[in-house]
Amino acid sequence: MAALTLGLPSKGRLMEATIAWFAERGIAIRRSGSGREYAAIAEGVDGLEVVMLAAGEIPRELDRGRIHLGVTGEDLIREKIAGWESRVRIPARMGFGHADLVVAVPAWWVDVETMADLDAACAQFRARHGTALRIGTKYHVLTRAFFRLKGVADYRIVDSQGATEAGPKNQSFEALVDITSSGETLSANHLRVLADGLILQSEACLCLSLAAEWGADATAARGRLGAKLGLALG
Amino acid sequence: MTPATRLGPDLAALDTALAGLARLFDAAGYQAVSPPHLFAAELMLDLYGEDIRSRAFLFPGGGGDEVCLRPDFTVPVVLAHGEGGWARPARYAYQGPVFRRQAEGSRRPVEYIQAGVENLGAADPAAAEAEVLALILEGLRAIGASAPKVTTGDLGIVFGLLDALDMPAGRRARLRRHLWRPARFHALVSEAVAGGPPPTSRRTALIAAVAAPDPLARIERLAATEGEILGLREIEDIAERAAALAEAAAEPPMPAAQAELIEAVLAVTGPAAEALLRLRDLTASAGVDLGRQLDAFARRLDAMAARGLDAGAMAFDADFGRNLEYYDGFVFEVTAADPALPLAGGGRYDSMTARLGARPEVPAFGAMIRPEAVLAMRGAG
Repeated sequence: MAALTLGLPSKGRLMEATIAWFAERGIAIRRSGSGREYAAIAEGVDGLEVVMLAAGEIPRELDRGRIHLGVTGEDLIREKIAGWESRVRIPARMGFGHADLVVAVPAWWVDVETMADLDAACAQFRARHGTALRIGTKYHVLTRAFFRLKGVADYRIVDSQGATEAGPKNQSFEALVDITSSGETLSANHLRVLADGLILQSEACLCLSLAAEWGADATAARGRLGAKLGLALG
Repeated sequence: MTPATRLGPDLAALDTALAGLARLFDAAGYQAVSPPHLFAAELMLDLYGEDIRSRAFLFPGGGGDEVCLRPDFTVPVVLAHGEGGWARPARYAYQGPVFRRQAEGSRRPVEYIQAGVENLGAADPAAAEAEVLALILEGLRAIGASAPKVTTGDLGIVFGLLDALDMPAGRRARLRRHLWRPARFHALVSEAVAGGPPPTSRRTALIAAVAAPDPLARIERLAATEGEILGLREIEDIAERAAALAEAAAEPPMPAAQAELIEAVLAVTGPAAEALLRLRDLTASAGVDLGRQLDAFARRLDAMAARGLDAGAMAFDADFGRNLEYYDGFVFEVTAADPALPLAGGGRYDSMTARLGARPEVPAFGAMIRPEAVLAMRGAG
């Protein structure tokens, strides 16, 4: 019977980097059975069970307390868990999966360099075009919070779950909030990040659910895992 | 947090309070109105921007359009009034639940009952303000709120000050626009005095282009060097903003004394009668004519006194109301022990009537009581 459940991303580079991160710390994680099986075996810590989950589901599982620990991007934690500070703790930033969440506008908007400029452009856009300027993103919560912080109010969010950088050209929206690792995709699409448009520098994080049941067995297994990782997980 | 189900003696007490308020508002000439709980989300998004989604409940209504659970009564009541023609005085009374999203961990309820009034098109705004404030205080007394604390403010004063001060039109427009965002407003004032950060080379080139023989062509060339010209925004949009930026860059610095006056006026607090004197002193010694706004303040105090209120002693804070979205004149809030859970509040919102379709805008003043907060206070007291 597993005492401590750890949710890991089930595919892609994030999965590989996560497995390597644990391997470097003496915890071997092997996918069990066929590749379709969303279970895995962890060796090196008694009572530790690994479940493989879609990266986007890990924040929700942590929030609901259905896993004790999980690996996911900080961007998803902040986007998907309302009041995340009281729901999860982040004992370790893992040093991979780096990505910046940024506000980007068409590079040819030579009058828009800062969020204050964007605010002025929003007011002007409504005056001249009769509608709110649209921001394409899948990060609705983080966008709203950042725009509020910067005093930008008169805009509309358009949901964009992929290929967001093509949105301005397709006239689906005027500007966007998206993740970028090198900025190359943005500049290839004739977009420019605003000078004060960095919302979050995200990376993969080992997260601990405060909502999960922390009985004696789970706490003991957490102690063993923490010792192995050299981290204070308590 | 979500409210508990109302039942038993609590429900009876609430019903009694609501019935009492309905009778009081009716006797004062306020016609009962009952707007629907749901209305088109588009309207709220246009009024408040995307941020309304973090404060109200918006969801698909079927058929593609979003609907909004009313976060207050003012917007639907004022819209219903407008449908019958704006140019007529009217008094409305309403009661029922409103729905607000609250931040995680907030003690504020996501659903609570408001019982309030809207006073529209009054010929004498000061009299309407006194009438409504007196009515709300009487309502609070009637349902058992003992010795509540009233805080007042008047955003008309700082708006009036910005209009009266000698400054470039662009600067005035910027300050007016950001009055409701205090941090941004103060930054704008400091920047106007000390100058902003040095311009980027992009900004310098853009401003230079405005003075070129064919600015539009010059700006288009500048833009094209940075990236493909794509999207809905047009080169004319950018040229228009470039002209405004060039004008702003040429603005003379704000005299330090002007900035100090703005900050000093916003810092005025104290009993209303003393605050009025202080505002008269401040503006007179600066040679600024704020007579219209301050006379309106004085008339309001007189009208309140005529209704038996101790108006001169009421707490006044010139900065109060700057976080209350749409208010643009007299504002007040009534609190008991817990300032986070006010018992009542209200304010003037003339300019919002224009955004809802009134041409010209009409005098509008509204206020509401939160009976559940009063009953909770009674229970705790």
